[in-house]
Amino acid sequence: MSEPLLSVQDLHVHFRGRRNVARAVEGVSYEVREGETVCIVGESGCGKTVSALSILGILPVPPAEIPEGRILFQGKDLLRMDPETLRGIRGNRLSMVFQEPMTSLNPVFKIGDQLREAVLAHRPMEEKALEERCVSLLRDVGISSSAERLQDYPHQLSGGQRQRVMIAMALACDPALVIADEPTTALDVTIQVQILNLFRDLQREKGLSLLYITHDLGVVAQIADRIYVMYAGIIAEQGTARQIFHEPRHPYTMGLLASLPSRMRRGASLHNVPGAVPDPAQKPPGCPFHPRCPAAEASCTRGLPGLCDWGEDHLARCPVTCADPDKEVWP
Amino acid sequence: MPDPVEHAAVAEQEYQAPEAPRRTRLQEAWDRLSENRLALAGLAVFVLFFGVAVAGLVLTSGVDPVLDPAQIRLQEKLRPPLSRPHTELLTAEEAPALGVYLFGTDDLGRDVFARMLQGSWVSLTVGFVAVGISVLLGILMGGIAGYFGDRIVRTDRFLAVFLAGAGVVVMTAGSQALGIAILAGAVAWIALGSRIPRSAVLGGVSLDTLIMRFVDIMLCFPSFFLILTVVALLPASIYNIMIVIGLTSWMGAARFVRAEFLSLREQDFVTAARALGVGDWRIIFRHMIPNAVAPVLVSATIGIATAILTEAGLSFLGFGVPPPHATWGNILSDGKRFIFDAPWLTFVPGTAILIVVLSFNLFGEGLRDVLNPKLRER
Amino acid sequence: MLSFIGRSVIQKAVTLFFVSVLSFLIIHLAPGEPSQVDPLNPKFTPEMVERFRKAFHLDEPLHAQYLHFYSSLLTGDLISWKDNRPVLLKIWERFLNSLPLFVVGTLITWTLSFPVGIRSAIQRGGVYDRTATFLSYLLISIPGFFFAYILIILVVSRFHVPVIGMETFGMAEAALPRMFMDRVWHLLLPSVLSASGGIAILSRYVRSQMLEVEGQDYVRTARAKGLPEEQVHYRHALRNALLPFVTMFGLILPGLIGGSVIIESIFSWPGMGRMAYEAILARDYPVILTVNFLSAVLVLAGTFVSDVLYMVVDPRIRL
Repeated sequence: MSEPLLSVQDLHVHFRGRRNVARAVEGVSYEVREGETVCIVGESGCGKTVSALSILGILPVPPAEIPEGRILFQGKDLLRMDPETLRGIRGNRLSMVFQEPMTSLNPVFKIGDQLREAVLAHRPMEEKALEERCVSLLRDVGISSSAERLQDYPHQLSGGQRQRVMIAMALACDPALVIADEPTTALDVTIQVQILNLFRDLQREKGLSLLYITHDLGVVAQIADRIYVMYAGIIAEQGTARQIFHEPRHPYTMGLLASLPSRMRRGASLHNVPGAVPDPAQKPPGCPFHPRCPAAEASCTRGLPGLCDWGEDHLARCPVTCADPDKEVWP
Repeated sequence: MPDPVEHAAVAEQEYQAPEAPRRTRLQEAWDRLSENRLALAGLAVFVLFFGVAVAGLVLTSGVDPVLDPAQIRLQEKLRPPLSRPHTELLTAEEAPALGVYLFGTDDLGRDVFARMLQGSWVSLTVGFVAVGISVLLGILMGGIAGYFGDRIVRTDRFLAVFLAGAGVVVMTAGSQALGIAILAGAVAWIALGSRIPRSAVLGGVSLDTLIMRFVDIMLCFPSFFLILTVVALLPASIYNIMIVIGLTSWMGAARFVRAEFLSLREQDFVTAARALGVGDWRIIFRHMIPNAVAPVLVSATIGIATAILTEAGLSFLGFGVPPPHATWGNILSDGKRFIFDAPWLTFVPGTAILIVVLSFNLFGEGLRDVLNPKLRER
Repeated sequence: MLSFIGRSVIQKAVTLFFVSVLSFLIIHLAPGEPSQVDPLNPKFTPEMVERFRKAFHLDEPLHAQYLHFYSSLLTGDLISWKDNRPVLLKIWERFLNSLPLFVVGTLITWTLSFPVGIRSAIQRGGVYDRTATFLSYLLISIPGFFFAYILIILVVSRFHVPVIGMETFGMAEAALPRMFMDRVWHLLLPSVLSASGGIAILSRYVRSQMLEVEGQDYVRTARAKGLPEEQVHYRHALRNALLPFVTMFGLILPGLIGGSVIIESIFSWPGMGRMAYEAILARDYPVILTVNFLSAVLVLAGTFVSDVLYMVVDPRIRL
């Protein structure tokens, strides 16, 4: 097995507030291998975006601090790299697409200028070549009459088109890995499908690796090769798409899947996981999920549980299900 | 196998799941404010100032006050601060109550400390009343413009009202007959005007446009100049000053309130209230004003600071509150003649004004940070 | 665009009309008249008062006075009641005096506020930011007169240069460089004084605009593209943060007819502010009303220029 393209190892990210410390990410490890699509699933506030921002190195560093961890990209530790080298990688070999297309483009510059900037940041080019590249980038992301669109301002484009432009900017320098942070959450469902298909096509054509962050299990089901389920700053479970959807082993994952409205249970009341995601500054001791977990035991409050190996790289951080695989957690 | 129920209970005891915060909005705002030390300091100084002003009022007013600001002692003029009085030159009545001239004396031998105390109450009053007037006016104008702004005022009605006002003015200025004629004509037009269909007339302007144009008109006047003009032309009195400052500084508050009302009006809770049949005025007072009050509060705090500075400026030019009332601006202005001989006459009130105004500004800015949800830290 | 300009001009003209009426009314509602018999002046007999009143139409009804007044203003015939000179001429002379003060003050304000505000925003919370913030608060809280005297004492005792008035008496005879330096010294202190408040306010505003923009998503995108920090701040953030300030350019216009009375009094600078003040004292209505009128014209022109500039600069607004 060759080395993974991206390997986040034991990452810890804290936010220092005036009176307390918010532990947004605590000992998270995940990796993306070449050509695969990895999804990180979790509710808002579980730390998935924070971990992505720390990969790129664009966390606001005075309130944020990274006390521990390594982020290896193509073998080099991004956290210990000097800023200039990191900048050379950012947007170049490694890029990101954000959640809010409506506000992610600078309103006073034309689309073409912003796209050109993305290319020129890492690849000095002549005017003509640059122009051609921008046109072809827009075409690749499915924007018709791309040459004219280059002269438009962001407010003249729809949300879906703006997101496509963001994707084009992310692809400007042929990155090896694209991180997509909930790119379709702010868009209509029909546009969502189009963007997802776009990602899939691009990945196939260009051999991209994709780290896709989302809270939508439906999306995950469509595109993921491997999945990491995050909760309150830790990885609750990880495995292939098949393993996670057919044999979830962590009570949280089970709860999430059970909450999906399904045709077979029409008429029954919707399942939900009671309680709420904990405040990162006031996390419960031990397993962060135990207050909401029907299978919680006393040992769950003492220290973070270790990972239980279910074979074939399927891991879950729950000793209770580890000890009793047939236990029915959610009745 | 351990009993899951028992252990879930154990888990519960050790950790309370987070619930919705039980602090009120006020407590939350106070917590945030207390993190900004400068703003807290500003608030502290403000409270201190208020206390000093009240104490000053009590101590220096009445026929035989504890600290007499008006006591003239020509034999003791221009004594420096913290100097002991020459008791051999003074009668028992004339001696300062504290046994020392805390801030020295001025050119008439008056105790500067006593005058400062008296002046603090006046400065406070000028600031608060002027700002009170401007805030009330601002909320009124801005609220009407924001909430009722869509109502159209017929042009002819509006012109008729204007003519009526002109008629009144003409009457008071001497030409009685002409004035009465204009006024009568205008009133008749307003009374009969509803018979005429709107289309037959020049159309209408929206109430919002009307009020905003009025704001624009007021903004065309250079404010200090306007205040100076009015104060110079009217007989000098503390009330005139307060009213004039108030009447010329409501425009900012009006704009804020209008902007807030315009956005609040579209929000769901207003629509819900309307759907429930709640009357307009109740909606405005109970629902909208509490929400719109935040920027007004900030501008009011800073407005008090500006009013105190304006009064000082007016006093410097000789148009401030007339003697024998002491205001800090007065004392400062009187002291300019003795700037080299008796610098304390300038420095004491100047520094006092500086500290009070600074504290108001800091508190106002702190309020702004606290009340602005966009600037909240994590 | 043209229809916008047309509508705007008409609106502003209407506003101007109302301003003129309102200021006229304010002046004339004040008790007392300029032509009252002055008890200290024996030559001011009741006959003279009568002649005075007739000459200045003070016995006619208000609306007639209004028409007389504004028609003479617009034709330039308006005469000051204080010294019988044409009002526009008086204003022009004083304007020329105030102009260097205004120009230097505005230049100082605008050239200093932006670097200070921008740096404060980029290094938010740092030493520079906190110092600049503290100084700003200090500058807007200090009574002008107090601050002026502190500065005068400092400058006079340190540099031994005269600062009162526009030039030192007798300097007109001296060599050009000396005269120039003398003028500069006299100009410096009042300009700095009038700029101080402006710098405090403007730099705070620049800072808050910059901070707001820096928190926007598109700045994060710029960083994510791998752009160097200078480009992120000075190209992406600044361009957006500066938008409102371009429009503020237009609002400098009213300052032309301004002129702080206080500063001019302290420095004995024969400028517009003092002229207006003296006019108020002498109840010289023509001068007062003309100054008001011109100020209103400049405010309206200024807002008009601001609106147009805003349209030019922000691509989201195209009328």
